[in-house]
Amino acid sequence: MSNKPHVIVIGGGSTGCGIARDLAMRGLEVTLVEQGNLTHGTTGRMHGLLHSGGRYAVADQVSAEECIIENRVLRDIASHCVEMTGGLFVQRPEDSDEYFQKKLEGCWECDIPAEELTAEEAREMEPYLAKDIKRAIKVPDGAVDPFRLCVANAASAEEHGARIETHAPVVDVLKEGDEVVGVEVEHESGPGKRVHREPGTREKIHADYVVNATGAWAGQIGEMAGLEQPIEVRPGKGVMTVMNTRQVDTAINRCRPKGDADIIVPHETAAILGTTDVEVEDPEDYPENQWEVDMMIDTLSELVPILKEARSVRSFWGVRPLYEPPGTGTSDSTDITRDYFLLDHEDRDNVKNFTSIVGGKFTTYRMMGEEISDYVCEKFDIDEECRTADVPLPGSEDFSVLRDYMEQYGIRSPIGRRSAQRLGSRTDEVLDFDGPNPVVCECEAVTRAEVKDGIKGSGSDLNATRLRTRASMGNCQGAFCCHRMSAELYDEYDAETAYDAWDELYQERWKGERHALWGTQLSQAALKYSLHSTTMNRDKDAATTDSVVDFSAFDSGAGTGAGSSAAGTAATDGGRKGDD
Amino acid sequence: MAIREDVIVIGGGLAGSIAAIEAAETGASVRLVTYKKSTLRHASGLIDVLGYNGSDDPIADPYAALDELPDDHPYSVAGEAAIRDGLERFDEVVGDQYQGGHTDTNALLPTFGGAVKPTARYPTSTAAGITSDTRSMLVVGFREMTEYNGQMLADHLEAAGVPFEVKGVECNFPGTYANDSRVTRFTKRLDNDEDVDYEGTTMGAREALAKEIEPHLGDAERVGLPALLGDEHADEVHNDLERHLGADVFEIPMGPPSYPGMRLADTLKDAVDEAGVRISAGNPVVGFEAEDGELTSVIVDSKGREVPYHADEFVLATGGLVGKGIDSDREEGVTEPIFDCYIPHPEDRYDWFDKQAFGDQPFAHFGVRVDETMRPLSADEAPEFDNLRAAGAVIGGADTVAEKSQSGVSLATAVVAGEHAGERAATHEVHQ
Repeated sequence: MSNKPHVIVIGGGSTGCGIARDLAMRGLEVTLVEQGNLTHGTTGRMHGLLHSGGRYAVADQVSAEECIIENRVLRDIASHCVEMTGGLFVQRPEDSDEYFQKKLEGCWECDIPAEELTAEEAREMEPYLAKDIKRAIKVPDGAVDPFRLCVANAASAEEHGARIETHAPVVDVLKEGDEVVGVEVEHESGPGKRVHREPGTREKIHADYVVNATGAWAGQIGEMAGLEQPIEVRPGKGVMTVMNTRQVDTAINRCRPKGDADIIVPHETAAILGTTDVEVEDPEDYPENQWEVDMMIDTLSELVPILKEARSVRSFWGVRPLYEPPGTGTSDSTDITRDYFLLDHEDRDNVKNFTSIVGGKFTTYRMMGEEISDYVCEKFDIDEECRTADVPLPGSEDFSVLRDYMEQYGIRSPIGRRSAQRLGSRTDEVLDFDGPNPVVCECEAVTRAEVKDGIKGSGSDLNATRLRTRASMGNCQGAFCCHRMSAELYDEYDAETAYDAWDELYQERWKGERHALWGTQLSQAALKYSLHSTTMNRDKDAATTDSVVDFSAFDSGAGTGAGSSAAGTAATDGGRKGDD
Repeated sequence: MAIREDVIVIGGGLAGSIAAIEAAETGASVRLVTYKKSTLRHASGLIDVLGYNGSDDPIADPYAALDELPDDHPYSVAGEAAIRDGLERFDEVVGDQYQGGHTDTNALLPTFGGAVKPTARYPTSTAAGITSDTRSMLVVGFREMTEYNGQMLADHLEAAGVPFEVKGVECNFPGTYANDSRVTRFTKRLDNDEDVDYEGTTMGAREALAKEIEPHLGDAERVGLPALLGDEHADEVHNDLERHLGADVFEIPMGPPSYPGMRLADTLKDAVDEAGVRISAGNPVVGFEAEDGELTSVIVDSKGREVPYHADEFVLATGGLVGKGIDSDREEGVTEPIFDCYIPHPEDRYDWFDKQAFGDQPFAHFGVRVDETMRPLSADEAPEFDNLRAAGAVIGGADTVAEKSQSGVSLATAVVAGEHAGERAATHEVHQ
């Protein structure tokens, strides 16, 4: 046993992964536990905007300043997760001039490079902007892939010796007197839910310190630790509607005080429309409403009119883990601060070795990680500098030369280019694949090598492989690749696991797809249903439904087929003829 | 010159083709107007009549199960005789390209999803895969492709309790291929029996493929391969592989592009031609003209020019949601785009689907409702037009996907629509 302090980080979202990386780089022993796969919670369910800070430049300048600092850091250390699309705050004729001016000046005050554009200039950048817009402010917003970013943080943490446990929900916080001494997790069983440990078993993990970075779930962990004063996270749900293509290549914000349906983020092959903000009781069980989807399309088409006719492929909801200190008493959740808070439970609740980090936002995850890591290190008298702002993440290391991947790996250049964009500096390592490397997901141009790499990292959980690779996230929503991805599991996993994982992925895709069922996407969904049910008969698959089929009751062949004169016939008991 | 026929059929898939042939058989002059490629290239090529009705247990005798169907099911409206007539017409058209006509009983065939599926007619190239046959089986998959893994598929068939020994294997497809080669590339190689280098020797692709499989054959008496065994020369490919392997070979139907589906499309096209049906391909029907509740013409958009095609009788066989014979919109709801025929559907689009992917999907029931002569009915159950009939997936009222009944519904409704259209057009002429 080393004499390094052992810290458990609960939560595999951006904050948790960021803390795990930071502490591991400073030489602490780290275990990260996550109830689902990485990004299972809020991180995996956002619009993917890398804030310039412009959004907060009027109402919350502290956040705005943090955003632009971290925006610059992430461009550097996570280049393979970030696309610098640029952003526009677009003013419509009915939007206030005064607010526009405040926004522009606010950006300057916060050191956010901002430039006023005329309507013509803005429409030159983004031709699908409405003809009647008044003007715009250009800011350095970007798009970031939250899955890739989390996975890269976790991978870096692992490289520095951390243990990452997914599908391991905390079932208890272990205490001795008033000290927290660890957590008990359950290693869940099921198709995707097994990475290292024996599924279905529980494990007590002891540690010197526990950090609760569970966002909207922080209150539940607090309760397990027996805190007298509850951690009151106020979950606010928001819808994100995914369009089938990039109607815009720049992040488009409505330039008015924050409201619903005011942002469009180009993200990989899609554009994501967001969002709403409605406080909910339970972060895991809340209504997903039609009005929210309709509002995204109807309101945002005031900025980009073709959205009205465009094809949506799915919608999803995320829950913001908003927090406000007790007694603030904000009644409207949209007014709650986006700032983050560090709650030391020794000071707050007289429970030692336990801290929660709540609130905050994705763009500043690293900064939050740094602050809490500083705090933890101080507790143990460790004098190590934070290096997370300087050392590039795996995938973003020295990736300056874009080589001709088509030639090198025998794949067409658009596929090679997209693989390289996703993999960054890991491209060589992943695509240097032994054996044929056919394309598994055509919509997103994902080859077998990349899927296998995803499986290596996330086990038999195809949803986790989906997040790592984007396979099954395109227009067809997995119609043509759910089964192909499952076939890539076989060998390493048995057929039953592979089939279960396929079903799981198929159901997960349906969950978001059903919010986009009209027009072309309904036609696409009907084709998917037909392919999987009529052609494959997966809905009535006897091996899955446990229907006992009496094969002898069915046609055993006409006996006229080429060379089929020797055809046997199933005996009435379903056994082989001649057995009796 | 004005275009005038006795019968115009819109849509060139299974239902449209059979309806056109049926109408032509009555002596009527028939024109088939098709726009896009038929959805047959997405279809397995298996002709399902009725595989399930509510339960997870497959139906052995579809005819015995007809009584249990609801009154508004297309089968209940068309009647058992129509199903039998449809299959008879189909058998005549496809000849020995298909099997299954020797019995009323369904056959169970392996799917590329690893399940067994009840079907009424199956391409001869798939016949040796029948799972009520007890001979041992080898399922071959290819590393160059991604649709299925041979061993995984075999394991899954075993889990379904098939009455034979089944093994699977992953092979290399002989020859060299770019990593992103499409299925068509492999098919072409077999179709033309192109020379490939196999273990240092140059030989035909078919022989090389057999050599690649042979070491894994064991005591398997039949070998399943992805359904890409040839296009124009599919029979030759099949026979050569069987000869080289000394075992029966069968195809496992796959998703698009589906060769069994495309081969059926070719056969149907030839049969339509042979029946004397004129074909106008490539232009969409965009509207119609009507007088006194009867259609007088449909308007075809011919490269921007609107041309009326006149006829006495019309058959709508434009397909369902997949074939775009049925359209939907966030605001307009569910519509039939050419004649605006009534399609019953819930107003709230969140009632169009079930939360479970394989639940009872309301959208799968979308389509026009018809009377016993296949005329689409308005909301008050009167024919939309006296001389418009529907056939195939544009007709709703049943989840033909879950039932495995789509082809049967297409055939049954097509023969009724085609026959009535042809006969009524003839009466028209007598009157004139």
